Amino acid sequence: MNIPAGFKFAPTDEWVHMEGNIATIGISDFAQDQLSDVVFVEIAVSAGDTVKKGGLLGTVESVKAASDINLPVSGKVIEINESLSDTPELVNTDPYGKAWMVKIELSHAAELNDLMDDKAYGVNCAGREH
Amino acid sequence: MFIPHTDQETSEMLEAVGVKDLAELFTAIPQKHRFPKLNLPPALSEMEVMAELENYAQANESTKDIISFLGAGAYNHYSPAAVDMLLRRGEFYTAYTPYQPEISQGTLQVIFEYQSLITLLTGMEASNASHYDGATASAEAVIMAHQNFRGKRNKIILSPSLHPQYRATIRTYTQGHADIKLAGDNLDPQGSPEALLTQVDTDTALVIVQYPDFFGRLYDYTDFISKVHESGALVAVAVNPMALALFKSPGEMGADIVVGEGQPLGLPLSYGGPYLGIFATRKEYIRKISGRLVGETTDARGNRAYVLTLTAREQHIRREKASSNICTNQGLLALAATLYVSLLGKHGLRKVAELNYQKAHYAASQISKIKGYSLVSDEPFFNEFLVRCPGNAADLAAHLLDHGIIAGYVVGTDYPKSVDQLLVAVTEMNSKEEIDLLCETLAEGHHD
Repeated sequence: MNIPAGFKFAPTDEWVHMEGNIATIGISDFAQDQLSDVVFVEIAVSAGDTVKKGGLLGTVESVKAASDINLPVSGKVIEINESLSDTPELVNTDPYGKAWMVKIELSHAAELNDLMDDKAYGVNCAGREH
Repeated sequence: MFIPHTDQETSEMLEAVGVKDLAELFTAIPQKHRFPKLNLPPALSEMEVMAELENYAQANESTKDIISFLGAGAYNHYSPAAVDMLLRRGEFYTAYTPYQPEISQGTLQVIFEYQSLITLLTGMEASNASHYDGATASAEAVIMAHQNFRGKRNKIILSPSLHPQYRATIRTYTQGHADIKLAGDNLDPQGSPEALLTQVDTDTALVIVQYPDFFGRLYDYTDFISKVHESGALVAVAVNPMALALFKSPGEMGADIVVGEGQPLGLPLSYGGPYLGIFATRKEYIRKISGRLVGETTDARGNRAYVLTLTAREQHIRREKASSNICTNQGLLALAATLYVSLLGKHGLRKVAELNYQKAHYAASQISKIKGYSLVSDEPFFNEFLVRCPGNAADLAAHLLDHGIIAGYVVGTDYPKSVDQLLVAVTEMNSKEEIDLLCETLAEGHHD
């Protein structure tokens, strides 16, 4: 299980990586492993949208299920990863890298405090493994 | 197959919920209402029941007893006997796609063939396995288009020349969607499609038009569709699939969704149903369609095999995320349409469509020569056209019915301003003699 240091995690398995005030968001290695082969990624927000924490970021569909991805933070969408519509398998092969989904300029930086760090998330995942 | 519970299972379940017998489950219903006395006539033997039902059945008049020029969404076509014979084979005789689909290769192959035929006719890239009828398929188009924009576009423009029953069904389906706004009703029903463009704005998700429209008029929507696309909205076209054997497909015109009533493809009129809802779209929207897509592949031994390739909006994958859980398709009627189109073939279907076209145009030209009668529109048409009568069309239709002819659809029924209009449909089933008789009786009707 790959849980990189320096990333923040939501209980619903989205990760956030900060650079300045810009949050890059994707889903974790644990999440992609649970989903198995991802066949489709749909991003539900567009660049320029003002979005709220808890809103719908998109949907990831695997051969097993379709899962919603939630927004872990609020702010303004500055970029979405268009390449995922053609290469959804990146979610399986590189969840923390090429499979980033959106970049958001934070409006409520304090929301980051609600997220888990890598250690807490590791414990969280371990509790769900079976 | 439905396997009822055994006595042992029943008693185990009763024990689990803590009641002693089945009757105890109904104690919430007051005793006096549990077995009310029914005021029924004495029982009849099977023979007597058949005789009584035959009597009721004979009171109906079908297109075999009467000359019909009635269309307005359902058309009297000839269906080869082989369609019905094959349809009734036990292996096919179900409306459902099995829940363990791959074990029923025959059913999947039929759906695959059906989807292939529909995409060819409509010029679309994918077709689902069907809906109930043209009206419900149209409503699904509305819901899909709305979902496509995720609340960013909420206006749906319905052409006033879209079938009145389709528009009513769309209203029913969208009742629970508080954010969907339906527009277009304020426009002149017999105006040109251009008028719809004035309603299109940045909140518009979909414009839905009909081809040929409810009044029989055939418009090439190519320019219309590209203008709607400029605003970012989608266009759905509701079709008569028989017309597509002869005319440019909505796919060629740039439509995003094609829906339609599949009944003209060999399905009997049957007093209004069951019919077949056609739904096809472009590849980019396949994850938003309701129902399922069947694909062809090879099995582990390299043999051709059919699978449920995509069920993106279906219960078992998306459940509460699905925007429509109406997944019941008209499997049996889709099979009938598939058989009909396959038996006629590409050229046969075109020939039937040509016969419709030619006979309808003969009828239109003969009717327009009768004193007092004229054609309402000079737009091209397929097998149906509007006639302006020298008086109330309902009275005239009643007069013709006395002579054993259904003259057509009385337009005033749905469009109160057009009481003098009759919508006349002519198919390959109408002989020249019948058309001439229609004209003679219309002429007499005027003199009466």
